[in-house]
Amino acid sequence: MKIAFTATGKDWDAMIDPRFGRTEYIVIYDDSSNKLSVIDNNEVKNEAHGAGTATSQRIFELNPDILITGNGPGDNAAKALEQMEMKIFVGAQNLTLKQALEQYQKGRLKEL
Amino acid sequence: MINQQPFKLTIASGKGGTGKTTLSTNLAAYLAEHEEVVLADLDVEEPNSGLFFNGTLVHEEDNHNMTPNWDESRCTLCGLCQDVCNFNAIIQLGTSILVYPKLCHSCYACSELCPENALPMESTKIGTLRDFQMGKLHYVESQLNIGEEQAVSSISKTKRYVANKYDNISIHIFDSPPGTSCPVMEATKDADYVILITEPTPFGFHDLKLAVETMQTLKKPFGVVINRDGIGDDEVANYCKAKDIEILAKIPNSRKIAELYSKGELIYPKFPEVREALDNILEHCQSIKEGRTV
Amino acid sequence: MKEIVVISGKGGTGKTSLTASFAMIGGTDVVVADCDVDAADMHLLMQPDFKVSEDFYSGEVAYINQDNCTQCGLCKEVCRFDAISVHNGEYIVNPLDCEGCGYCARVCPTKAIINKDLLSGQLFISNIKTSSQMVHAQLGIGSDNSGKLVAKVKDQAKEIALKEQKDYILVDGSPGIGCPVVSSLSGANFVVLVTEPSVSGIHDLKRVYELVKKFNIKAGCIINKADINSEKQAEIKRFLVDEGIEHLTDLPYNENFTKAMTMGQTIVEYEQEELTSILKEAWEKIKQLTNKDKIEI
Repeated sequence: MKIAFTATGKDWDAMIDPRFGRTEYIVIYDDSSNKLSVIDNNEVKNEAHGAGTATSQRIFELNPDILITGNGPGDNAAKALEQMEMKIFVGAQNLTLKQALEQYQKGRLKEL
Repeated sequence: MINQQPFKLTIASGKGGTGKTTLSTNLAAYLAEHEEVVLADLDVEEPNSGLFFNGTLVHEEDNHNMTPNWDESRCTLCGLCQDVCNFNAIIQLGTSILVYPKLCHSCYACSELCPENALPMESTKIGTLRDFQMGKLHYVESQLNIGEEQAVSSISKTKRYVANKYDNISIHIFDSPPGTSCPVMEATKDADYVILITEPTPFGFHDLKLAVETMQTLKKPFGVVINRDGIGDDEVANYCKAKDIEILAKIPNSRKIAELYSKGELIYPKFPEVREALDNILEHCQSIKEGRTV
Repeated sequence: MKEIVVISGKGGTGKTSLTASFAMIGGTDVVVADCDVDAADMHLLMQPDFKVSEDFYSGEVAYINQDNCTQCGLCKEVCRFDAISVHNGEYIVNPLDCEGCGYCARVCPTKAIINKDLLSGQLFISNIKTSSQMVHAQLGIGSDNSGKLVAKVKDQAKEIALKEQKDYILVDGSPGIGCPVVSSLSGANFVVLVTEPSVSGIHDLKRVYELVKKFNIKAGCIINKADINSEKQAEIKRFLVDEGIEHLTDLPYNENFTKAMTMGQTIVEYEQEELTSILKEAWEKIKQLTNKDKIEI
């Protein structure tokens, strides 16, 4: 299973980025290989308009099974994510990626 | 031959909360005691003027933006639309093209450049325009739906509506949004005269200077009204004097005025000083207007 | 590190004055972010030193290179914003009207049009009188306030807060309900709604709260000038109860706020009595509620 996190850093100790559209990094965890891959989202973050839609497209290309984030996507991004039927879990702000994964596994994160 | 074009007076400010709506509603109501007046609230994110009037709804219509609509049957998924859009308002997700009307600036590039004509432009509703009447006062307000970004198109649409429907009324008053960004430019760019209303405090002074710069950029004739006069200091008055900016009127600071305003009531009927201020403003506007016809 | 965002919907309710007061009370626990970038005012109370200043670019504006232009007029034809006009036979783009859509550049047969990055404003990082830092900005006249500058200010504030290990970022949010407000709210742990008991105040409070609800952020409300209209004050309180918004405190109408402002001071520097103690209590409440929002680990 592939899990995507919105993150402010590149490893398990990095904090979840509470935002979606202007998240700094998208970190993908593949549980079959137990590996993390990091996508730098700074270019999108710097877009004047439509950061949410641009980030959604990146998620589409990465094709994770679920997305874990903080406050949740704004209206525009939500539309795209819905189109992809992406499972989104929110409420992970102020946690590290590692903690967020644990909370998800314990069923403590809210599904949108 | 005397120019019969309506006189367009716009009330703006740098800082929010300085009294734009208080002034525009009181001015409009005062004038409407004797002649037909149109007041249009162009603060489409938070229109408030209507809260002070009890008018009858005369007309309601949708405000639209033109946005592209994906015609799947014609699309070859070439992806040119996404490439062309500078606002991330169109993205391709696999075999679907997603359009984001809220991000669309209606430039028509994607629609007109699409080789298959698969993105015809259509209307999307972004808000509502309402036209009310109360005696001789006509009050028009446009409200943007929450989440919509395109204030500028609502503002220009409202101005067009007023210009078309009320070309027989000699004075049009516009309540502008606060600040100095594009919505304000759109609201003030066609004005015959702009009144900048501010308060004599450091915030009011700082933001007035920004508003003055905006007016100078647009080359608009303007004057200043000082609201809540007496509450702060003389910086605003001194600045206007130094820059040769006309101070049209000073509305005194008064807790009683604040209380009246809080109830949604007009101020001038109970305050002769405010009435006097309105007289000064109208006199000045009249002389500007006559200056035009000479 | 938590983010507290102060918004009001309507201008003139005292949002900035109150945010500045909390910044004083919070002292070195707090990094301040002035996200009211269209008419930024916090700097008038916080004595910033503008140590770092950075140009801010947002969007693009078209520019026609006259050397390559053949005056075919196609650019003017496609422009929906009337931004291109002819002067003395030359085609010129008016930067104030140009939306930066890039359409003209695409169709120009001689590639005479380029899209230039638009200098939209300036961002500043300052040391302020609390011995902490403030990130602030000023948007240029007529600029597109998309929320990007707001996002940048917050990012910078976050960076500083993490580096200096500050507990809170305190954000003076944008007025209204548009993209700058959305950007101000994005990532917030707690929202402070500042309102006044008036018809306009209530109207705008409800509109801005609809936006807050979408982001699912816990909120509290301060009723400023609470005693100018007791009926409206009661109406607000009912609204707060109905929506589950914490009623943080009421502040009486008091001209000392303005007197303090004219001296470049927040109310907590100007007087040390009634208003200051109300605000100190409110700040404690805000911190408590902000920190309550935590998943058990």
